[in-house]
Amino acid sequence: MSIKNSSLGETNLDVFAKTLMDLADHDRNILVTTSDSRGSGKITPFAEKFPEQIVEIGIAEQNLVGISAGLAAMGKKVFTVSPACFLTARALEQIKNDVAYSDHPVKVIGISAGVSYGALGTTHHSLHDFAALQAINNIDIVAPADNFETRKIIQLAVNHPRPIYIRFGKKAMPNLHDPSKKIEIGKAIQLTPKHKNYDLTFVAIGETVAEAFLASQKLDKEGIKVCCLSLHTLRPFDEAAIQEVVSNSLAVITVEEHSVNGGLGSRVASFLMQNDIFRPMLIVGIPDDHTVNGNQGEIFRHYGIDQQSLYLSALKLLHKGKRNDD
Amino acid sequence: MSLDLQFLSHQIEYKLERKSIEYRKSIIKLIYMSKAGHTGGSLSCVDILNVLYNQVMNITPNNVSAIDRDHYIHSKGHSVEALYAVLMDLGFFSEDKMSTFEKYNSPFIGHPTRNVPGIEQNTGALGHGLSFSVGMALAAKMDRRNNKIFTIMGDGELTEGSIWEASASAAHYHLDNLVAIIDRNNLQITGKTEKVMNMEPLHEKFLAYGYAVRHVDGNDIGELISIFREIPFESGKPNLVIAHTIKGKGISFMEDNVAWHHRVPTDSEFLTAMQELEQAELSLECQ
Repeated sequence: MSIKNSSLGETNLDVFAKTLMDLADHDRNILVTTSDSRGSGKITPFAEKFPEQIVEIGIAEQNLVGISAGLAAMGKKVFTVSPACFLTARALEQIKNDVAYSDHPVKVIGISAGVSYGALGTTHHSLHDFAALQAINNIDIVAPADNFETRKIIQLAVNHPRPIYIRFGKKAMPNLHDPSKKIEIGKAIQLTPKHKNYDLTFVAIGETVAEAFLASQKLDKEGIKVCCLSLHTLRPFDEAAIQEVVSNSLAVITVEEHSVNGGLGSRVASFLMQNDIFRPMLIVGIPDDHTVNGNQGEIFRHYGIDQQSLYLSALKLLHKGKRNDD
Repeated sequence: MSLDLQFLSHQIEYKLERKSIEYRKSIIKLIYMSKAGHTGGSLSCVDILNVLYNQVMNITPNNVSAIDRDHYIHSKGHSVEALYAVLMDLGFFSEDKMSTFEKYNSPFIGHPTRNVPGIEQNTGALGHGLSFSVGMALAAKMDRRNNKIFTIMGDGELTEGSIWEASASAAHYHLDNLVAIIDRNNLQITGKTEKVMNMEPLHEKFLAYGYAVRHVDGNDIGELISIFREIPFESGKPNLVIAHTIKGKGISFMEDNVAWHHRVPTDSEFLTAMQELEQAELSLECQ
């Protein structure tokens, strides 16, 4: 499969909002709660069509999550929409106590996640959300890669029995999947052809999956067998998929729009080490640094999260692995 | 009020006053036996819980799954011992189960959790209960149900900013089915609430946020019954009750004494406290 300009889809946020409108048409218990974020969350059309099903809280994220938990306790299917940076930091205690600890199945939707807000700076970046939420029990964590994953995940989230966090970026995403594909929360999807053995495995999440996939295609053209996994769900973590592909690979690179501390890479490394699967490994993400200023693409390039950098990093890692073997 | 009604009213008050003494015994016993707990705050709010559960709210072990019953959220989660005492009396669980309080693997921990029958939300971190209650009240309004949502907050808790965020929402959505109660005992762990952080004038502040505000002696059963009968105080406005209480109420040496925020009675203090409660029971019967 290759990505062409013609297969460029919409933003995942747009697909989220449209999917929710389709679902709300048949389910009056679906509610959106938001913190003055209906514009950036693309839910203005939802608010216009279903004025009884949106609850505006204003810029008060702690209250937003607390109220959402109370609504969920009364049987409402609540999608709490707010920028990921504020939602998972300012309201972290409400997510921990009111939602996760108290076990109310709120759908916590972090919009404009990672470095989507680009030059708005660190106040608006969420490079901590995976780390923070992975340390909190009883909340699933999902970051869809493309429009297909977004649509399916939202459809599944409506009646998901547990609290769930779903994060979206804000740029138009290429279509990565055959729309007839099945998807489950907690099950990784392999984007590249299946082989018995691989030279390299990319494990990526969210909007970085497309970059990893494009790098895979480039490596494939050079005869390097690559497995590219879209691990859209960080929790529950798909141990079986990781074990299977990494065991059959010479090296592994994880890719995420998140701090390299406590996110996807740390999770994969921890799993591999504890299961005696030792491979040359590189964790690509945002390092422990004052994040460089720029738009999302520029920040990706600066930290080696773009397809070209990933391609070069893969060659370097494979070369290193080979030298170690010698 | 006719003489018959007056007699009935006195009977109800007498019955609830007896219960308050029993609840205080349970609280002291629980804290003494487990060597842990929040003594003063449980004793200050227990009369309010008594009246709510026995006279105002329609919450029983038999209707917990009913969608249109009332709901109670214990926002000042550290005073869970008072809630345990009342729920046990209502038959949500046995005294045997409650006596596992703070023991290994017991669901009866030092703050409310939904693992204990009758408790609806996990609390303990302050400033959470009001937002959660606003969500519940909003859902009840959306579904056009007539049930009410009650929550008790501590006065020290009012410095949490989330309380004021929630207050704005309660008024904005005209939640006259929400009853927020402040256990105004004037003490928190460090000392006098107004010395730690002056939050007065509370009445004017809550009024400005859009509540209908009432004051009550929060340790007076008769006054509590009367005030809750008036709900909703004003149509379209959330209800706010400032319940003036005494921390450590009912035990002379604990009353208005900050040391008893979470102090555990010694053997002799325990005996004295129980004797005082026995004496209060006798005095009540003589009235």
